Order: sequence, then C-alpha cells, then structure tokens
Amino acid sequence: MKAAVIVFPGSNCDRDLADAITKVTGRAPEMIWHRETELPESLDFIGIPGGFSYGDYLRSGAMAARSPVMQAVVKAAGEGRAVLGICNGFQVLTEAGLLPGALMRNAGLNFVCRDVRLTVENSQSIFTSRYAAGETITIPVAHHDGNYVADADTLDRLEGEGRIAFRYAETVNGSARDIAGILSDAGNVLGMMPHPERLIEPEQGGTDGRRLFEAAMMALA
Amino acid sequence: MPEAAPATRKATVTVTLKNGVLDPQGRAIEAALHGLGFDGVAGARVGKIIELDVADGTSRETVEAMARQLLANTVIENFRIEMP
Repeated sequence: MKAAVIVFPGSNCDRDLADAITKVTGRAPEMIWHRETELPESLDFIGIPGGFSYGDYLRSGAMAARSPVMQAVVKAAGEGRAVLGICNGFQVLTEAGLLPGALMRNAGLNFVCRDVRLTVENSQSIFTSRYAAGETITIPVAHHDGNYVADADTLDRLEGEGRIAFRYAETVNGSARDIAGILSDAGNVLGMMPHPERLIEPEQGGTDGRRLFEAAMMALA
Repeated sequence: MPEAAPATRKATVTVTLKNGVLDPQGRAIEAALHGLGFDGVAGARVGKIIELDVADGTSRETVEAMARQLLANTVIENFRIEMP
C-alpha cells in the first residue's frame, strides 16, 4: 500500500500516523508538506493527521482545508483514492467539503482526552471490514471540537446510506446521533474524531485501532 | 504635496451561528452573567467580526465570495457584510 501523510504547521499526530501505517503495512508513507501542490503518483492511501493545524485559527481545520495540498487531496479523493482524516484531519475534511457537516466545540466545553467506547456501525467499508458490525471497541479521543453537527436531512441520509462508521457508545462531546466517524458517499473517505493510530500495539494499551489499518491494507494493497 | 488618495476601503464581515446550532460558549457566557447577578439575560450567542482592508475597487460580491469560501462555514454559520 503506497501511502502519504499530509503535514500542516501544527499537526502533531503525523508521526504517530506514519508509525502506525509503517508497522501495519511494512512500508513507510511519504510525508507531504502542506505547500505541495501535487501528490506522489499512484497513491493508494492519504492520511490527514490530528493536531492543531494553523493553530485552529478561524475554525478548526479551516485554514488547512484551503492550503495548496488540499486541492490535490480533493482531486485524489474524487479519483477514488482512500482518504482517512483523524481528529483535526476529520475537521479538515469537513471544511474541505469532502465530508458533510461540521465539528463544533464540545457540548461540555471541556477538552476531552480519554479512552472511549465506540460502536462499529458499518463493517463493509475499506476502513472497517476487519471489525464486526455492532462490535464495541475502545479508542482514545483527544479533542476540543468534536461535536458533530449537520442538518436533520443530512443526518438521515448518513444513517440511511450506512455512512456512519462509528458511534460513541458513551457520552463524549454532544455529537449529533453520537456520531464519531462518517464515510463519504463513495465510501473512500473516512473522517473520525477518535485516534486509531494510538492503539496498534499491546504496549500502547490495546490494539483496537490496528484493524482499521489492516482493513485498508487488505483493500488497497 | 497633494494627499495621496486612500488605496483601500473597509469591509466588515460579521459571522454568527445559525439558529438552532447549539452554542456551548454562548451558554457558558449566559450562565456566567447569571452568576454575576444579571438575571435578565435570556440568551447569549458568540460570533466573530472580521475587519478587512480591501482595495478600493473591491465589490461587495468579491467580499461575499471571501465569506463563502473561507470566512464563514455556511453549514453552521451566517454572515453579513458592511462596506460603508
């Protein structure tokens, strides 16, 4: 699987994500700086990492979504390449219009940083095929703006089309319908607030995140 | 020497949350005002004001395009433009 990880000023999970990809697939991703206007050829997988790109100025993910490299990512997503946005990466994907809705300040106003239980809603996607539908997994979150908001029609459409990948199985941030991660209509873009790249080896306290990368590798390698 | 004509004009973009979008910061402000004894406060919503210095000939349509493409997220926010 030929992968790339996008790096913005203020990204801070880029190396964790690269490490996870390397350990699971055996091949290190290319690290792509935000000023690049083109991506490497024949990429299978693009990771948008967590962090605080551009200091969360204006809105979380807003500046990153308009950076030169994101034009290339939008184009690649349109060509069907797999795009995974984690935490700030999810915020960037909504701001870039690759996923519907928006991520707002957590309902409780607190930065939430802990392990949370998630329910796998869709086990058919290229990212989730190694999970069972309805399975409960534990993945850490670390965010201030994870409160997913969309209008009722959009939420109904996401539910109806099976595009909710993960739901929180406990109260976390006030997200509409407990949404923790959603898929694009074509299914090749996943945005999620929890951090699967932080749980890929037993030394990290669990391996529930590993199967996400294994699934992508199986689908794309 | 004659004074050089100003090359820019002001444009003010006010961004507010749409009705129905929960504003936890506004809620916290409302609660804090109640705590200070301002019982008459029935609600608080937080928005932002962006003041732009734009080239003299800049049209309202151009500023509107700026607001749509970057300054506001129209999924959750409304905006209004003042160009005096």
